[in-house]
Amino acid sequence: MTNSVAEIEDADCIFVIGSNTTSSHPLVATRIFRAIAKGAKLVVADPRRIQLALKADTYVRQNLGTDVALLNGMMHVILKNNWHDQAFVEERCEGFEEFKEVIDNYPPEKVAETTGVSADDIVKIAEYYAKAEAASIVYCMGITQHTTGVDNVKSLANLAMLTGNMGKESTGVNPLRGQNNVQGACDMGGLPNVYSGYQAVNVIDNQTKFENAWNAKLSDQIGLTIPFMLSGLSEGTLKALYVVGENPMVSDPDIGHVEKAMKNAEFLVVQDIFRTPTAEFAHVVLPGTSFAEKDGTFTNTERRVQLVRKAVEPVGESKADWEIIQELSNRFGYQMNYESAEDIMEEISTLTPSYGGITYERLQGEGLAWPCPDKEHPGTKFLHKDKFARGLGLFHAIEYKPPAEVVDDEFPFWLSTGRVHVHYHTGTMTRVSPSLHAEIPEGTLEMHPEDAQRLAVREGEKVKVASRRGEITAKVTVTDRVDEGVVFMPFHFAETCANVLTNPAHDPTAKIPEFKVCAVKVEKAA
Amino acid sequence: MDYKTVLTTCAYCGCGCGLYLEVLDGRLIGTLPSKTNPINEGKLCVKGWNIHEFVQHPSRLTKPLIRKNGTLTEASWDEALDYTASRLKEIKEAHGSHSIAFLASAKVTNEENYVIMKFARAAVGTNNVDHCARL
Repeated sequence: MTNSVAEIEDADCIFVIGSNTTSSHPLVATRIFRAIAKGAKLVVADPRRIQLALKADTYVRQNLGTDVALLNGMMHVILKNNWHDQAFVEERCEGFEEFKEVIDNYPPEKVAETTGVSADDIVKIAEYYAKAEAASIVYCMGITQHTTGVDNVKSLANLAMLTGNMGKESTGVNPLRGQNNVQGACDMGGLPNVYSGYQAVNVIDNQTKFENAWNAKLSDQIGLTIPFMLSGLSEGTLKALYVVGENPMVSDPDIGHVEKAMKNAEFLVVQDIFRTPTAEFAHVVLPGTSFAEKDGTFTNTERRVQLVRKAVEPVGESKADWEIIQELSNRFGYQMNYESAEDIMEEISTLTPSYGGITYERLQGEGLAWPCPDKEHPGTKFLHKDKFARGLGLFHAIEYKPPAEVVDDEFPFWLSTGRVHVHYHTGTMTRVSPSLHAEIPEGTLEMHPEDAQRLAVREGEKVKVASRRGEITAKVTVTDRVDEGVVFMPFHFAETCANVLTNPAHDPTAKIPEFKVCAVKVEKAA
Repeated sequence: MDYKTVLTTCAYCGCGCGLYLEVLDGRLIGTLPSKTNPINEGKLCVKGWNIHEFVQHPSRLTKPLIRKNGTLTEASWDEALDYTASRLKEIKEAHGSHSIAFLASAKVTNEENYVIMKFARAAVGTNNVDHCARL
């Protein structure tokens, strides 16, 4: 997030797009409710009529995968009516002319045809957002999990820059991170192209710095992202995969393809707290520990680094994940001698500029939001104040592109996937939690009443759902949360695994798969 | 009876709510929200309120497993770690550093992610490190 969670409640307009906030980030939704109580306008754009849509001043239901068109349409309206922030655009941004040329081609009447959102509604939401004193954009995987994920995010950045909603309180572009420490895993260099703190591996100064600190020869060759690891295993160019705390056999698109990759691995190690579907393919399974059994830190969606404290002893013979890696590394021939998680943080802070001022002592209490470059720095509430990280904010001229797979006669339904409020990701934690499992014990397919009638299926009856990649059977939930011609499934459930169906086509830059759009056929199960 | 509460950070979504785990004689028995945490200010969602339930669940992995004759079989830590280290070394020698890849994790701590990527880069010699940020 460019801005903090607490700031959301003082925004004058909140534009929620592609985030089912009340289900997936309830404590951010609280701030949205408080903002509404203080008089803020709420605009929700989502192909599903999510709970938040019911609280919105205007809710628009865009067709799946048409976000760029919708956003360009809003910006067209803003420019045409002079609702943009000319001073901000001139002083803090660049690339405006080229951007404007593209935006000129997105009048609301044309955009209405692509998105299914009326021209009047496009004008209305553009006005709400642009005329607000401080407007905040909140988004989630509904924006990113597309073959145009990067285009979608850049379009949101365009919208915020165009209206000067950046670098000040209660504004910004605010992605809600889905996993407790996904921000931290990125910050710590759990990515193929960067060391901790986003220091590129192919920049010689960074390489030298880490080679000296780690006393090792390092590679400047950018590594593989997950989709290429999987295809590498399938094709035999990659031999071994070491998986810590992940479950690609449920979480990744096109499970049939994932299974082939796992089976083909010459050596697969799974380090986890449960025997996951992925662990069933492993040659070695190593028992790690949960958050309650170790010390450490997590970094949340607003970049706040917070302490994790050990409450109970590890179950059985399980060990903290860092201890496992350290013992393995020593046996592998590379020495590590950390005595505690705090020891590791000391090393992180010396090598990672944005974490430079972070110590366990300073994290007591409320934690610290990075960038926090030195021991006196108070942390950073919101980013891009006075200037952008790159200097000038760059407008991107972005044309709408349709999703990789569209419906046809054979596969006439659009499928989208997501989460439900009581479950988390692949369900390994929430589905063994009796209170949560009792609420929603299985995954069902949401279908519009008209479609259900046409297929002659009633609530709770089973349907076969098939895409070009695979087929599953699931019960139907009949609801107008989804539009006619659209079906939705949560992906938490291994036995009705939505990711058997999803499309592995991914964004060319971010390599993020298009979980939110694919084409399926649905028929009543015999 | 030994009862204590331990202040920590929720491990479900990215909100990062502060919570107290209630511990009775080494067992987790409940969860309470932190009133002073700047994110949740005394509230939790349904997942947060119940987060203690999965931790000591009987289905947790408690011992290392090694596949022997096609079946995952319980093993000692020494055996499992020696075997893993030697297999990774063999594969590195036979096919090079880039024939090995690592998935770090959005569930483990910052310190653990750092150590995982350090092992991949400094020990094995590859930048093949990724995690489920896109999922």
